[in-house]
Amino acid sequence: MAANTGTYLIRGASILGGEPADLLIRDGVIAETGTGLSAESSVDDVTVIDAAGLVALPGMVDVHTHLREPGREDAETVETGTRAAALGGYTAVHAMANSTPVADTAGVVEQVYTLGRAAGWVDVRPVGAVTVGLAGEQLAELGAMADSRARVRMFSDDGICVHDPVLMRRALEYVKAFDGVVAQHAQEPRLTAGAQMNEGEVSAVLGLAGWPAVAEESIIARDVLLAQHVGSRLHVCHVSTAGSVEIIRWAKERGINVTAEVTPHHLLLTDDLVRSYDPVFKVNPPLRTDADVQALRAGLADGTIDVVGTDHAPHPSEHKECEWAQAAMGMTGLETALSVVQHTMIETGLMTWADFARVTSTAAAKIGRLADQGRPLEAGEPANVILVDPAARWTVDPFRMATMGRNSPFKGRELPGKVVATFFKGHPTVLDGELNTPYPYADATAGVA
Amino acid sequence: MKHLLSTENLSLANAIRILDTAEEMAAVGDREVKKLPALRGRTVVNLFFEDSTRTRISFEAAAKRLSADVINFAAKGSSVSKGESLKDTAQTLSAMGADAVVIRHWASGAPHRLAATDWIDAAVINAGDGTHEHPTQALLDAFTMRRHWARLAGTGSEGADLKGMRVAIAGDVLHSRVARSNVWLLRTLGAEVTLVAPPTLLPIGVEKWPCKVSYDMDDTLEQGVDAVMMLRVQGERMNASFFPSTREYSRRWGFDDNRLKALDTLGMKDTIIMHPGPMNRGLEISAAAADSPRSTVLAQVRNGVSVRMAALYLLLSGDTREPAATPALAYAGTHSTKESN
Repeated sequence: MAANTGTYLIRGASILGGEPADLLIRDGVIAETGTGLSAESSVDDVTVIDAAGLVALPGMVDVHTHLREPGREDAETVETGTRAAALGGYTAVHAMANSTPVADTAGVVEQVYTLGRAAGWVDVRPVGAVTVGLAGEQLAELGAMADSRARVRMFSDDGICVHDPVLMRRALEYVKAFDGVVAQHAQEPRLTAGAQMNEGEVSAVLGLAGWPAVAEESIIARDVLLAQHVGSRLHVCHVSTAGSVEIIRWAKERGINVTAEVTPHHLLLTDDLVRSYDPVFKVNPPLRTDADVQALRAGLADGTIDVVGTDHAPHPSEHKECEWAQAAMGMTGLETALSVVQHTMIETGLMTWADFARVTSTAAAKIGRLADQGRPLEAGEPANVILVDPAARWTVDPFRMATMGRNSPFKGRELPGKVVATFFKGHPTVLDGELNTPYPYADATAGVA
Repeated sequence: MKHLLSTENLSLANAIRILDTAEEMAAVGDREVKKLPALRGRTVVNLFFEDSTRTRISFEAAAKRLSADVINFAAKGSSVSKGESLKDTAQTLSAMGADAVVIRHWASGAPHRLAATDWIDAAVINAGDGTHEHPTQALLDAFTMRRHWARLAGTGSEGADLKGMRVAIAGDVLHSRVARSNVWLLRTLGAEVTLVAPPTLLPIGVEKWPCKVSYDMDDTLEQGVDAVMMLRVQGERMNASFFPSTREYSRRWGFDDNRLKALDTLGMKDTIIMHPGPMNRGLEISAAAADSPRSTVLAQVRNGVSVRMAALYLLLSGDTREPAATPALAYAGTHSTKESN
């Protein structure tokens, strides 16, 4: 059912970075597109938005978000995390399963789904755990999660690798029954016991236990072969090495049904930053070398890597204000993703805004099987639309973010691009760069889909 | 210098200044009254998150010889073992008015965190952090080598570097903070370093270090070497497949009696044998080697106090400028040239 979300006439926005056009948003859909649309064509009160100089894009879809609720509400809640998402230009996020309790039952995924609707800032699509308790021993009830109101299609033990090859094979096979996908956190556990940072020149000097690239690449190599063998769909989370890009490119050339994601931080930052021993740069998989960064950018540009996923991972300050080895792994990312991708991919000439729409929205929605997201900006389509000012410049200040996490590795950096407006189902969750109001679900408190 | 965190970024001028100051401090150790008033009224905290009696008492002796007040804070059995964070511990020490914190920590980079944050505004001395660095150990090793090298040259130590000295560092380089600190400092002082280790105990990336790498102890000795530094090998590495057995390790990479004899056979009468201690006799070093006249093990311990006095003095005396020339301590008297090997 469509709530009354008002009528908005967006004038002169550059559609996917192309020719300027007008978009009339009414009743949750894009009612009309064209040039010189008249506000009088509508009987409603029309809010006119002058979008000259702004780029109109489909609402971004994150395939990889940690919202921390239930269990770690001191780090983030669905409410605060989805506020951050809306401000960052997102209209949908996939909430990873490593909550407490783990999202490994229909009950937990429905709880997260309901919390998402109660918040109303974006579509919250829970990711189901592959194994019970992320323990890697026994399949969780994947079918029950798929059939639940949360309609889970993506399954992941993210944070932990499904390293048992037989269990991984079974998971890949089983999700075929409901068109699911297994999103693998590729990390060979024995090769990374106690690992603290990328293994290489910098770790040798710093005396921090190394996380070798081969620990990621060997799992990806195994998994693409398994996906081919059982004819299933594999998604590789947060690809971080040049070698991984090569393996995925090889797999795609062979027609293997694999998709891959890269995080904004792996597109920009390198392990040189670890020399500071500041745990804000501690993340899993770790920051790699400049050669890896360049290979990831090239892979994203040529389609080997399908999507940008933030791996938004907020942590309370005490988990970062400590020794490197004691610190939690992870970085916030929802409110900086657009800017970092603009900086690393568009301003370098590697991608256009149309490509940006593909890697941050269209392809991500396809992986998660979100029918209403990542759609073209055309009449009749759901009005999940953002307006971006590509000329804006801003300095990252974690204390001015909506996320509860202060662990942004981009702190103090000047970045390009600013989300001016986010329309979620035709309702502006963000206007003038500020949080507006959540989507007015008629049934949000009842939690009924 | 505000802190002494590593030797990687220690300039030649500062390294020489510490070593020269240590020579002057050594003279104090030879007096009947082994005490200077230099740090009277200053508070030095030994903050040890990892057991190390040797290093702690060396720093304690150094601080006391400079008349500082010394507080020993062992993390075991304290609030730290009850979950208090490094930040809270540092802020507590700051509130108590610590002027210098000598920190030993199992986590690489912990001293850098103390120095880089606003948790505490004291001088920080790294007394060994994880598998990262142990700068005062490297300085006392360099001090020991410099005296030896200067004596062979028939000159004084003061102002001297280690140009031309060939040093082999053998053993578990991967897990050794001593090896790392020595590689950087010896490079700065002009020595030629060769690391000798099984390939499993060398870090990925070692090829970028300013030294040579060898898997062959005998070959390294035959090439000629002026100092051999043996690193401690932990028996538990064996269980993690770094090497097949302690006996095989000892045969291939240990400094055993045959290699001790080889020094004589090869005509290297002035080559010294070093070890940071504690030694595993019979594993990385034989008893005969450890007790031979070539061994500098006890001199290293003695020199450790002088070097740590110098570090504490220079950090707390308020002179944080780069030295223009070798400084002199007005009250320390003439420096000792007595070699104590």
